[in-house]
Amino acid sequence: MTTWIAVIATGLGCYALKLAGLVVPQRVLDDPRVRRFSELVPVALLTALVAVQALANGRALELNGPRLAGLAAAVLALLFRAPFLVVLLAAAFVTAGLRLLGL
Amino acid sequence: MDSTMTRSAVRDGLGVGLAVGLSGVAFGAAAVAAGLDMAQACALSLVAFSGASQFALIGVVAGGGNLIAGAVGAVLLGGRNALYGLRLAETLGVRGWRRLATAHVVIDETTAVATAQSGPRAARAGFWATAISIFTVWNLTTLVGALGASRLGDPDTYGLDVVGPAAFFALLWPRLRQGAPERRVAVLAAIVAVGATPLLPPGIPVMLAAVAALAGTVGRRTRPRDPGEPPAEPALTAPQDHA
Repeated sequence: MTTWIAVIATGLGCYALKLAGLVVPQRVLDDPRVRRFSELVPVALLTALVAVQALANGRALELNGPRLAGLAAAVLALLFRAPFLVVLLAAAFVTAGLRLLGL
Repeated sequence: MDSTMTRSAVRDGLGVGLAVGLSGVAFGAAAVAAGLDMAQACALSLVAFSGASQFALIGVVAGGGNLIAGAVGAVLLGGRNALYGLRLAETLGVRGWRRLATAHVVIDETTAVATAQSGPRAARAGFWATAISIFTVWNLTTLVGALGASRLGDPDTYGLDVVGPAAFFALLWPRLRQGAPERRVAVLAAIVAVGATPLLPPGIPVMLAAVAALAGTVGRRTRPRDPGEPPAEPALTAPQDHA
């Protein structure tokens, strides 16, 4: 039962935060500093997410060869202007392939 | 021209939704291994619908920790979605009760796709294509994982752990190529998040990287402000709705 309460509470809390950003009054967003900040926030948070997902396992930093090679393949595909799905497939293919080889 | 951009936004969105949504298998399997039953695992994916928060909660359940603290921690991880909402509010242009439905799908993936498009129409199309596909796939694969994905083996075998970061990076790519300020913010954010990772609970370092965006704001503002505060000419009429 307590697990159910935790599940529902987490759901409600997550939802409340998602809604909070959408209901901020327009005049707050009209402030150029707030606007610039909100323009840059996705760049900052998503880059941070990529960096952490690439280099960390829980709280430990780790260099996972196949994963980093997969990301390198994605960067290479981007440099060659590959379509989005090709970028994803290249990354997964290289990572899975290297693991299959036991690297 | 406009419809080409919309189509390509929808394609991006469906790609992200499918590819990243698949990791719901990993969540479903981990949730059941942590001690949630199938219904609880599926309910969490439906109501929280935020991967980082969900993994945080089941981590606490698995460790036998305090569930109240676990729920609070999981919710705090959702803080970045509030910041995304700030950015998306105007682009999505939703009002009234529709905001209630839209809010549920303001997450990393939908924001990444929406902000990678040029023009509000394409941004909206990308947002909704991502939202619908990832909500569907994430919840279905949670069920699959909870039903016993262990038989499918470790999702990492298929390279699924690299798909998320590769997708986000690909979506960030155009913005990183365009602007030096964006590149500085990105590098600083990565350094902050990775540096804080060994020191803070999972999820907090990414949130902390918002200071990089703050630094970017300050850096831009000091220049036009120096020569005697010209308030009449805001040098940064930021791109109105350049998504």
